[in-house]
Amino acid sequence: MKDTILNVKGLKKIYHDRKSEIEALEDINFTVNEKDFISIVGPSGCGKSTILSILAMLEEKSGGEVILKDNISIGYMLQNDSLFSWRTILDNCLIGLEITGKLNKESKNYVLKLLKTYGLYDFKDKYPSSLSGGMRQRVALIRTLAIKPDILLLDEPMSALDYQSRLAISDDIYKIIKNEGKTAIMVTHDIAEAISMSDKIIVLSKRPSKVKKIYDIKLSNKSTPINNRKCKEFSKYYDMIWRDLDVHI
Amino acid sequence: MYTYSKEHKEYLKKLKKEKIIVFIFRFLIIFIFLIGWELLSKYNIINNFLSSSPSNVLKTAINLFADGSLFKHIGITLYEVILSFVVATAVGLIIATILWSNKTISKIVDPYLTILNSLPKVALGPLIIIWVGASINSIIFMALLINTFITIINIYNGFIATNKNYITLLKSFRATKRQIFFKLILPSNYITIINALKINISMSLIGVIMGELLVSKNGLGYLIMYGSQVFNIDLVITGVVILGIISYFMYFIIEKIEIYVRNKRS
Ligand SMILES: Nc1ncnc2c1ncn2[C@@H]1O[C@H](COP(=O)(O)OP(=O)(O)O)[C@@H](O)[C@H]1O
Ligand SMILES: [Mg+2]
Repeated sequence: MKDTILNVKGLKKIYHDRKSEIEALEDINFTVNEKDFISIVGPSGCGKSTILSILAMLEEKSGGEVILKDNISIGYMLQNDSLFSWRTILDNCLIGLEITGKLNKESKNYVLKLLKTYGLYDFKDKYPSSLSGGMRQRVALIRTLAIKPDILLLDEPMSALDYQSRLAISDDIYKIIKNEGKTAIMVTHDIAEAISMSDKIIVLSKRPSKVKKIYDIKLSNKSTPINNRKCKEFSKYYDMIWRDLDVHI
Repeated sequence: MYTYSKEHKEYLKKLKKEKIIVFIFRFLIIFIFLIGWELLSKYNIINNFLSSSPSNVLKTAINLFADGSLFKHIGITLYEVILSFVVATAVGLIIATILWSNKTISKIVDPYLTILNSLPKVALGPLIIIWVGASINSIIFMALLINTFITIINIYNGFIATNKNYITLLKSFRATKRQIFFKLILPSNYITIINALKINISMSLIGVIMGELLVSKNGLGYLIMYGSQVFNIDLVITGVVILGIISYFMYFIIEKIEIYVRNKRS
């Protein structure tokens, strides 16, 4: 049995602005075990990004509890790659280390090793404008990995890419996360992507959202995300989740 | 050695040809203008007393150079322009930074900035002379009134338009406001800042000349004013021509800085 490293209990979030208040999250409960790959799916605007923002401590919660195991650190990968055009690929990957004051020879070597392992070493002195969308996304992931987080939060990491690159990159990202032994929580609106990558899928209801269902994904001969799409259980999960999400039924 | 394809060579040739055409026509325009002006005034088709002529302008410039006053006037005007430019740049950057880092302050001063920026400062000229006195100080004061607010506003607007995703990214690493400023706001706004400097340099020149026309005993503005008072049109036009050359050079320097910075990071 794997250790639980994150426990979300009764999480609540209300956004306030001058004219109104928006109850985004009503009652969110889930647990995350070490090295799990978890996906969150739900109708658009239901509060998926909000959950990640709260976990990344970018937003304050309005109620409930987020219990992290001791010494667990969190890295956040935004939907947009947000690479700085005036920094080289290497310098982009080092920004988190600079900010957290952890930039030294050792941490830099770790980043260089990541760039080497994931086929970006030759581009380390280039600027982001010369990279393809998929490569930029990998750079963004390495930038997040550089600070050695235990849990990675991924907000629709592939949504800016075309379908072909999405498939390839989801394989890449999955491999990188598994190789580096990380725990991941990914938000996506693509059901197939969620099933092909995750151990567990959390389905949210529409806003104000609650957890509608949690699926443990059990695929026979599970391998890479692209191959997982061919497993016989795949369509069964797809239909169930699709039905959960369709508000008109 | 990398060799280009035939099509690419042709493309480069076309670019070169275009460059030559631009150069020739630029030269032709000024050449025809000067020759035309010279001839028209030489044969008195236009009143050569009122409209001067290129040769008279040249003569006047040489005379001014010979008695040493040319560089004195240029020097004083340049000094005033550079001083007010530097002060406005520093003040602009500092105030824009304060406004960026404190939303409440920026909300409070916003209407005042708008009013001060849109107010025609020339109208304050006589008042400035009374307050500050008819000295170089009031020239600098005039220039600062004209160039500072627009510099603040341009830089500040660039700062607050910085991509929000970038800020979120840095915040996810728990960046402090100071880190966000130096790692993101400043480097991502270099084009905005250079553009603000370009506007600043034009405004500084306008402000200084305005001030010199009003109070000065020295400088190119004074030269122009004096020339018109004694009806020496040659002197007036010589002053204007020198001013044109100076402002072109200042612009040129900022452009070089811009190209240097751009090349350094791509
Ligand atoms: N900073 C904010 N201020 C006010 N409302 C917000 C803010 N961020 C998100 N919301 C609202 O909260 C709801 C959930 O947003 P979000 O978490 O981005 O949804 P999702 O990622 O599932 O599409 C939406 O209705 C959105 O309009
Ligand atoms: Mg979202």
